[in-house]
Amino acid sequence: MRCSPNSRWFWVVSTLVLLCLPFATDALLGRGWVRIADFALLYIMLALGLNIVVGYAGLLDLGYIAFFAVGAYNYALLSSPQFGLHWPVWVILPLGALLACGFGVLLGAPTLRLRGDYLAIVTLGFGEIIRIFLNNLNTPVNITNGPQGVSMIDPIAPGGFSFGATHELFGFSLPSVHLYFYLFLAFTGLVIFVSRRLEHSRIGRAWMAIREDEVAAQSMGINTRNVKLLAFAMGATFGGLSGGLFAGFQGFVSPESFGLLESVMILCMVVLGGMGNIAGVVLGGLLLALLPEAFRHGAGPLQQALFGHILIDPESLRMLLFGVALIVIMLVRPAGLWPSGKRRRELEDEGAATGGGA
Amino acid sequence: MTTVTDTLLELKGVGKRFGGLAALSDVSLHIRRGEIYGLIGPNGAGKTTLFNVVTGLYQLDEGSFTFAGQAYARCKPNVLAEAGIARTFQNIRLFANMTALENVMVGRHVRTRSGIWGALSRNAATRAEERAIVQRARELLSYVGIDRPHQTLAKHLSYGEQRRLEIARALATEPQLLALDEPAAGMNATETESLKGLMQTIRASGVTVLLIEHDVKLIMGLCDRVAVLDYGQKIAEGIPDEVRTDPAVIAAYLGGGEE
Repeated sequence: MRCSPNSRWFWVVSTLVLLCLPFATDALLGRGWVRIADFALLYIMLALGLNIVVGYAGLLDLGYIAFFAVGAYNYALLSSPQFGLHWPVWVILPLGALLACGFGVLLGAPTLRLRGDYLAIVTLGFGEIIRIFLNNLNTPVNITNGPQGVSMIDPIAPGGFSFGATHELFGFSLPSVHLYFYLFLAFTGLVIFVSRRLEHSRIGRAWMAIREDEVAAQSMGINTRNVKLLAFAMGATFGGLSGGLFAGFQGFVSPESFGLLESVMILCMVVLGGMGNIAGVVLGGLLLALLPEAFRHGAGPLQQALFGHILIDPESLRMLLFGVALIVIMLVRPAGLWPSGKRRRELEDEGAATGGGA
Repeated sequence: MTTVTDTLLELKGVGKRFGGLAALSDVSLHIRRGEIYGLIGPNGAGKTTLFNVVTGLYQLDEGSFTFAGQAYARCKPNVLAEAGIARTFQNIRLFANMTALENVMVGRHVRTRSGIWGALSRNAATRAEERAIVQRARELLSYVGIDRPHQTLAKHLSYGEQRRLEIARALATEPQLLALDEPAAGMNATETESLKGLMQTIRASGVTVLLIEHDVKLIMGLCDRVAVLDYGQKIAEGIPDEVRTDPAVIAAYLGGGEE
């Protein structure tokens, strides 16, 4: 974020643009796109959380969506007719973040000695275990309602102000999706703030040292066990937080939202955008959340216009184009679309002095 | 500071095996506070193994070692770094994609405290600590003689500078014992000479130095005492002049047709 974050105008203008965005989107593209923008913000939060684990500490985590699931189910079970519980949101969200943090440590502890591919395999398994648990915890005691998922989840409503309803404020009519947009925007801002502070701190330096050379880092007195656990825990906390927001926003959660593909998608956001660089990760999250939707909505009508009928099912075309886009970006910009200065240099002359590590 | 013992590091009957190979067997030695202690021996004699045992990278199989009066067998490297043993590596292991300054700042990690809360709130204590870290890192960079911009990436430094940066990073941990693994390897005569000066300065500042080196001339001119390893065993120890004339050493090393 070296562009010009210090200039006051930059902040004023971007804040104004972001505040007007839901209205502009609503007017130009329709309300569906505001909803998509809300999801994009959730994805950005997730990508920023994963960026701490993958981008800063260099720990490849393929089961990150599990923390999202933990946060989402925590909200779903404590604020829905499932158990008849309706806890206040300001208890549930921190609790979900804390719970996910605990799961982060739980995943981190046994995998401390693993690196690279091996760590990826174990985390992948962890993500699947969580999903399968959620899928099967309906017998003998019904906790998660199994594959049917939990529905009729309360909307996020701090102090009686429900984000699930339309409100009239200052003469504006603010529909639910607009309200959620502002809420998620605020949380995304918080996550960015936390990420930046961590990056430029003693802890952040220790993470990067571990990423660069774990043996040397430990020899310099860094307690690699604690620092790696901290990375897992911080990343998971963000995952749990956005999971809670997701459950309140969606009103429904089921295990199929938390599959391996979602984990891979979030990892793609981090890698494509630019590992270790907050602006890059935000860009990656934005693109990967919006592009598939654009393909989904654009591919059908475009084929109609060109050929008069639909040649390829838009849904399969979406994944095809998505795959092609990934390959092209990795070929053309291997360090990501907007890499951090350091990562870029690292990839430019790979093999020069990067002996250690894996 | 606490107890004035003459011995800083003491190894007793240290053994280390890799499968059937005894990399070290029954090695005993002690390093006195404030000296430069040299460790020489032919290739594969076990010098680096001994080094890795002392810095916690390997766990010893037999024997024990004490540092500053405390037993430290089977400790992790970070525990030993905190206890006051810092090291460099034979094959340079810098944080290649971090700047020179950041490399040294990482070395301060073990002597600083601020955690998550400090990082998030960036309170007065954290800011002061961070300033102190940067200042100390700058001092150390000029102490070891790196005059490049401090934002240069570690891997873009010259070979000699990288070796010096490793020393600066190790010194940042405020060690009592600085363990240098072949610091002069690959250096030319001028660089070696200035490295020699640096080591003398470091010793004068009160840090004990343990030195592995192939350059016998450097060892003989610099060290207070020298131990010679061969096939994992200590075959001689003493002041350089004694060791130089020791028949066992001449047979094993100096007279072995290597030089």
